[in-house]
Amino acid sequence: MNILSLFVLIPVLTITGIVLIKDMRQVKIVASIGMGLQLLLSALLIFLYVSARHAGDTAEMLFIKDIVWFKSLNIHYAVGVDGISVAMIGLTSIVVFAGIFASWELEFLTKEFFISLILLATGVFGFFISIDLFTMFLFYELAVIPMYLLIGIWGSGPKEYSAMKLTLMLMGASALILVGILGIHFNSAPDGGQMSFNILEISRIKIPMKAQYIFFPLTFVGFGVLGALFPFHTWSPDGHSSAPTAVSMLHAGVLMKLGGYGAFRVAMFLMPEAAHELAWIFIILTTISVVYGAFSAIVQKDLKYINAYSSVSHCGLVLFAILMMNQTAMNGAIIQMISHGLMTALFFALIGMIYSRTHTRLINEMGGLMKVIPFLSVCYVIAGLASLGLPGFSGFVAEMTIFAGAFQHPDLFHRIMTIIAITSIVITAVYILRVIAILLLGPATNEHYEHLTDAKWYEKVSTITLISFIVFIGLAPFWLSSMIRGSLQPIISKILALNPF
Amino acid sequence: MNLVNFSLMRHELLLVVAALLILIVEIFASSKSRKSISLFSIVLFAVITIVGFLPSPTGTLFGGMYEVNNTRLIMKNILNIGSLLVLIQSVTWLNKDENHDKISEYFILLVSTLIGMNFMISAGHFLMFYLGLELATIPIAALAAYERYNNKSAEAGIKLILISSLSSGVLLYGLTMIYGTTGTLYFNEVAQLYGNENLQILGFIFFFSGMAFKISIVPFHLWTADVYEGAPVNITSYLSVISKGAAVFIFIIVLFTVFPLIIITWQKIIYVSAVLTMTIGNLFAIRQQNLKRFLAFSSISQAGYILVGLIGGNQIGMASVIYYILVYIFSNLAVFGVVAAISNAKGKENIDEYNGLYKTNPGLSLVMLLGLFSLGGIPPFAGFFGKFFLFTAAAQNGYYILVLIAVLNTIISLYYYLLVVKAMFINNNEAPIEKFRSDFPTRLALGICIAGIVITGFASIIFEVIKNMSFGV
Repeated sequence: MNILSLFVLIPVLTITGIVLIKDMRQVKIVASIGMGLQLLLSALLIFLYVSARHAGDTAEMLFIKDIVWFKSLNIHYAVGVDGISVAMIGLTSIVVFAGIFASWELEFLTKEFFISLILLATGVFGFFISIDLFTMFLFYELAVIPMYLLIGIWGSGPKEYSAMKLTLMLMGASALILVGILGIHFNSAPDGGQMSFNILEISRIKIPMKAQYIFFPLTFVGFGVLGALFPFHTWSPDGHSSAPTAVSMLHAGVLMKLGGYGAFRVAMFLMPEAAHELAWIFIILTTISVVYGAFSAIVQKDLKYINAYSSVSHCGLVLFAILMMNQTAMNGAIIQMISHGLMTALFFALIGMIYSRTHTRLINEMGGLMKVIPFLSVCYVIAGLASLGLPGFSGFVAEMTIFAGAFQHPDLFHRIMTIIAITSIVITAVYILRVIAILLLGPATNEHYEHLTDAKWYEKVSTITLISFIVFIGLAPFWLSSMIRGSLQPIISKILALNPF
Repeated sequence: MNLVNFSLMRHELLLVVAALLILIVEIFASSKSRKSISLFSIVLFAVITIVGFLPSPTGTLFGGMYEVNNTRLIMKNILNIGSLLVLIQSVTWLNKDENHDKISEYFILLVSTLIGMNFMISAGHFLMFYLGLELATIPIAALAAYERYNNKSAEAGIKLILISSLSSGVLLYGLTMIYGTTGTLYFNEVAQLYGNENLQILGFIFFFSGMAFKISIVPFHLWTADVYEGAPVNITSYLSVISKGAAVFIFIIVLFTVFPLIIITWQKIIYVSAVLTMTIGNLFAIRQQNLKRFLAFSSISQAGYILVGLIGGNQIGMASVIYYILVYIFSNLAVFGVVAAISNAKGKENIDEYNGLYKTNPGLSLVMLLGLFSLGGIPPFAGFFGKFFLFTAAAQNGYYILVLIAVLNTIISLYYYLLVVKAMFINNNEAPIEKFRSDFPTRLALGICIAGIVITGFASIIFEVIKNMSFGV
């Protein structure tokens, strides 16, 4: 059995286990065991990957398994990983693991909740391991659809509206992706020969420029919707704020990264020529995402909305960095995905925990929480500081790398855009510190809050897992960036051929 | 006629025998044992379905009027599977007291339509095709009016017969032009003589319009919603799945074998019809409250996707259309099965009456969910694979804009499918449909549908077999 296929198999087995159990308490235990195994498995994968690279294995992708599925259309079940996908898999298993513990208190239709949640995780894992466009697309859609039920049934606020909006916008994005994939497929053999869905095979040929000009924007926007590309980001604030805690975590933490990863792996990697020509359009759009998201976060009153807009800003930065098309910036983009995934998952977990105590998410109604729930408050401060890019946390490493890389471009356009994007750091500091000041510090205005209890054991498991990884990456980023750097080589060499500077 | 000829016409002859046997059993059945007619007919039909899969010779009969090849065989087998499912699903409804006296009529009429469809699919000559078409249509009108004490059912029957005669008239007019310009009605001879003369194009348009009525392609779809709503649920599911499937099958055969020379012309016509059919079907479905009308418009839009698949005129296109019909049979019958079960047990057919269904009837809600997701093209269900292949076939010939329109349409369709999901899973209801236990035949049929939805997608062998038996222009 290929180790990568296990990443799909374990969630499926966990779901089967949950279906068979009658007792509601055991459901959570089975789910946490399954996802705990998954976490161990990704640790093993990282270990195997790093040691294979140390042993001198220079193949583009490792652990490749290729099974013919639909022979007549040349569709394969093909999996394989490079450093980037390994990092994303690690991120996913951490967030899913923390998400299970963050939803420990859920009482309503527990079984169905965990089934949908793990189904979502299956889609995400499958997406990251696929190197066949068809399987990739299949897993993408598999990850999107459980969201409707998760938000619609277990959400809060205008949940039906948000769920429908999110599902339709993301499925609309998948429409663009589908056309893009078919276009890539039918142009994958310009000199005759068999057409392919395999990313590695397609990356070796040059798709005709005429096709690239059509299908690059389609795929980039398609994945960009999921990565909150302006003006297609509007599903994200509504969706995140209505979703239950674990779903917000998974969604902002992992699912939005599908967008960045897909834009990188499919749009940029397969069609670098068109990307090079058209990048300026999307650089403008992502710069707007970055700044506009940050400004919107300042004026929000609802904690979840603040973080949703902050996610728009941070994920915009991921796409921004990818479009800069040089080694440093792309490296930063991947680290930013990991860093933001962990950070935002921590944020949403904490918001969920605070909400379950105070029953409100409006910051003006709360205050002085530091005195009553010190553990959660300190965690919140850590998440906030990581988010505004304080050295020592992962956010600093990511943003520093991105902006250093972006500024390497000698021309005026890129530099101006970079400077505009850098202002978001200041704006981020404004909204983060504002929340900390109103929510945690200051006098306790409401006497009902004086008897709140601090974090329970499962909440500590969830938060500490996330914090330790944020700090770890912040203090020792080198192992991560070296893992990524090697895997960026294929695309960097393609880009250098276009734009030597 | 020798033995080989009998074996060539196996599908049709067995069905004729079945119809006669049911008639004989009907004569000897006492009033008490009438209910066992259903069991007898279904077992008989199951045997026929299995026999249909046995290896068969291929060839032509009656001087080329009747033709059997692997493509047509697999089409007939798919229709048999679907009809078997419909028969199993209708047992509950037939066992009701008011239907007690006319159980055997149901089976005989249904089998005769199937005989017609089989002849139609095997046609090698337009007259044979027309005979099959009529035999396939007229008994359905009788079936639609099966609950004759019910005004709506009677209305559906009348509407269906009027619309069928109109469309047959249009079709025959087209055939006369085809005959007039080529001097023959044999498929293979017409194919060589058919060109782009004005009269021939006109003949094709009339032929296309006639078929468009049967497949309910916009703008010839107006009868669909009324008939689907009025007819009993089980008849509606037969109409929307088998009847439509058979029409699509013969349509694609005729397009690919008789009109390959005017492919440029029919591609334009189909392009426009596909866009209209998908869009109008989907937009009208959004506002429907009655589930049968809802599914009628949904099935119109599905016909649009099928047109997208066959527009390229390539081998993948034919394979994906046949495969999609198979997938559509399982998915749509899963949905119709749930609607029928609830309609028969509680008499409720409106979407808002389904509010809170998951709390009381989780099993049925889940089947409905899977069926709708498969219709909407959500992985990992078969509908996803079916749609992907249809769109691949169109993209192969460069119809990227059409594919984009089609995929955006699937998003609209997802919206209204999710409305039903929302009703069942999310909406609150003080008095949801009470818990009830559906009987064995219903559960069996739904189980087969679900297995079909899951297996047809993953098991690539099914698609490959169909692909190997398909052909392009």
